[in-house]
Amino acid sequence: MSNEQRTVSEEWAVEAQGLVKTFGNNRAVDGVSLNVRAGSIYGVLGPNGAGKTTTIRMLATLLKPDAGSARIFGHDVVKEAQIVRQIIGVTGQYASVDEALSATENLVIFSRLLGLSRSEARQKAAELLEEFGLTEAAKRPLKNFSGGMRRRLDLAASLIAQPPLIFLDEPTTGLDPRTRNQMWDTIRRLVKTGSTVLLTTQYLQEADELADRIAVIDRGQVVAEGTVDELKTSVGNSSLQLRIQEAQDIARARQTIERVLEVQSAVSAEGGIITAPMADADRVTDLLIALRDAGIPLAELSVQKPTLDEVFLTITGHGVEDEVKGDSEKVKEAAQ
Amino acid sequence: MNSTSIKPVSERRLRNTTSFKQSLQNSLTMAYRGLLKIKRTPEQLFDVTLQPILFTLMFTYIFGGAISGDVKSYLPVIIPGILVQTVITTSIVTGVQLREDMDKGVFDRFKSLPIARIAPLSGALLADTIRYTIATVLTFTMGYIMGYRPDGGFGYVVLAGLLVIVCAWAISWIFAFFGVIARTASSVQGISMIVLFPLTFLSNAFVPANTMPNWLQWFVKINPISHLVTAVRNLANSGTIGWDFSISLIGAAVIVVIFAPITVRAYMRRT
Repeated sequence: MSNEQRTVSEEWAVEAQGLVKTFGNNRAVDGVSLNVRAGSIYGVLGPNGAGKTTTIRMLATLLKPDAGSARIFGHDVVKEAQIVRQIIGVTGQYASVDEALSATENLVIFSRLLGLSRSEARQKAAELLEEFGLTEAAKRPLKNFSGGMRRRLDLAASLIAQPPLIFLDEPTTGLDPRTRNQMWDTIRRLVKTGSTVLLTTQYLQEADELADRIAVIDRGQVVAEGTVDELKTSVGNSSLQLRIQEAQDIARARQTIERVLEVQSAVSAEGGIITAPMADADRVTDLLIALRDAGIPLAELSVQKPTLDEVFLTITGHGVEDEVKGDSEKVKEAAQ
Repeated sequence: MNSTSIKPVSERRLRNTTSFKQSLQNSLTMAYRGLLKIKRTPEQLFDVTLQPILFTLMFTYIFGGAISGDVKSYLPVIIPGILVQTVITTSIVTGVQLREDMDKGVFDRFKSLPIARIAPLSGALLADTIRYTIATVLTFTMGYIMGYRPDGGFGYVVLAGLLVIVCAWAISWIFAFFGVIARTASSVQGISMIVLFPLTFLSNAFVPANTMPNWLQWFVKINPISHLVTAVRNLANSGTIGWDFSISLIGAAVIVVIFAPITVRAYMRRT
């Protein structure tokens, strides 16, 4: 490769333009554009089946996009796939390690494939196991590993070549809170050494904890993008939930809420509960007074931290699609 | 994540191609992985250990008297036949395991690594020669225990074993192809058995061809398995290398020349 090509801008770790992937009739990814600055943590937030995994698989050269293009540190994922593979690490949603082998054997094989000598590979494996607290379990077959240990090994395997860009597909889904926090610490440490991390998550809290910027994906499209603060402002830090005693008052109550809080409100599917983003807690007092003045009796009032549901409600105007459909799409995605 | 920081992309030497040397190294590493898997789950060797023992015992004592008058004079006929049948049946497992393997998450990692695309395939096929070797050694050993004393001598028996292993490796590319294109592991098993059953039984492996009806003899004589069996008999029983030996090797080469490229292409398309 020429020097000219090697000096491509390093400012952007990922530049994706209008990525499209269709599975049969399902447009899993429908024109996703993303720009990830080198050295940052970028979160892709969305429900099951939104197209997160498919997007990552295209960026990681595992799937060819049907349309659009993507470059990793300036290298095209289709035309320069083998170069891209040298500068990325991928940790999938399902542990991509060999179940039948031990942790050490897994890491040694991946290291050897990456061109390390036998002794270097052994050393690298020992180093990584130590770092990820897996030394004691190094010789055991993975069948006996817990979910958290498997994820850690998986991440360790992605770091052998010290890739400048790491893809993490739902790194904490299914982990208990303690293991999840450990994973978060690891991801933060990674970025300190100069890596760029692109992670997908279903949890707003996770994106909030880790990501510098977030893209919200829904039905294969980016519906919002920005820093955590920008996104939060648009959602409201928390949401207010009001249960009205008399169902016929709901319409009037929503008008009052929208007038006083100056936000959009929504009625839950079960009916009876009005949800509205609470951007400014002080205004709740005004709202309660207004409701009493209007003669609308409340049955219950609660404040809820924003969930993915609220983000969606606010950004897309519809809630998270029912899980069953989402799951079946995810299975389809995985099967491709 | 140790204190050393990540090497920036501009300082890395990046190449968009894979050299032949790297392909070879990657294949050997993948073969090593195959061997480790066999070591970790030795129960997957049941078929290659039990089949030669069971088949040799069964066929020899069932057919021995009827075909050759007595068991002892049937051994030089049946042992090469069983050997070819067992080892080639074993090569089906290559396709089945490849399919199972490709469905696992670890293949995602192989695909995301900057390695030769052919390596997971060629490595698996290479590791499986160990299975053929086990089956070969066991079949000859069983024969020996039952009284088989090949006149060709040890050297030619080894040569016969190697011939079978090479041919089985070549044939395993066919099953690897099924493995890559099939949807499930059990369908690979199914297709492969349908291909292999007539091939091994409609041959001279168990019964001399001249006892069969003419139309069947015609097939038995052109069946490549028959040539392989004859080549093994010639080597082991009389220490001669004949035309059948050449035909077997040519056949093996033809299979590799046809199936290796289409298997790799099908595999690439799936990855």
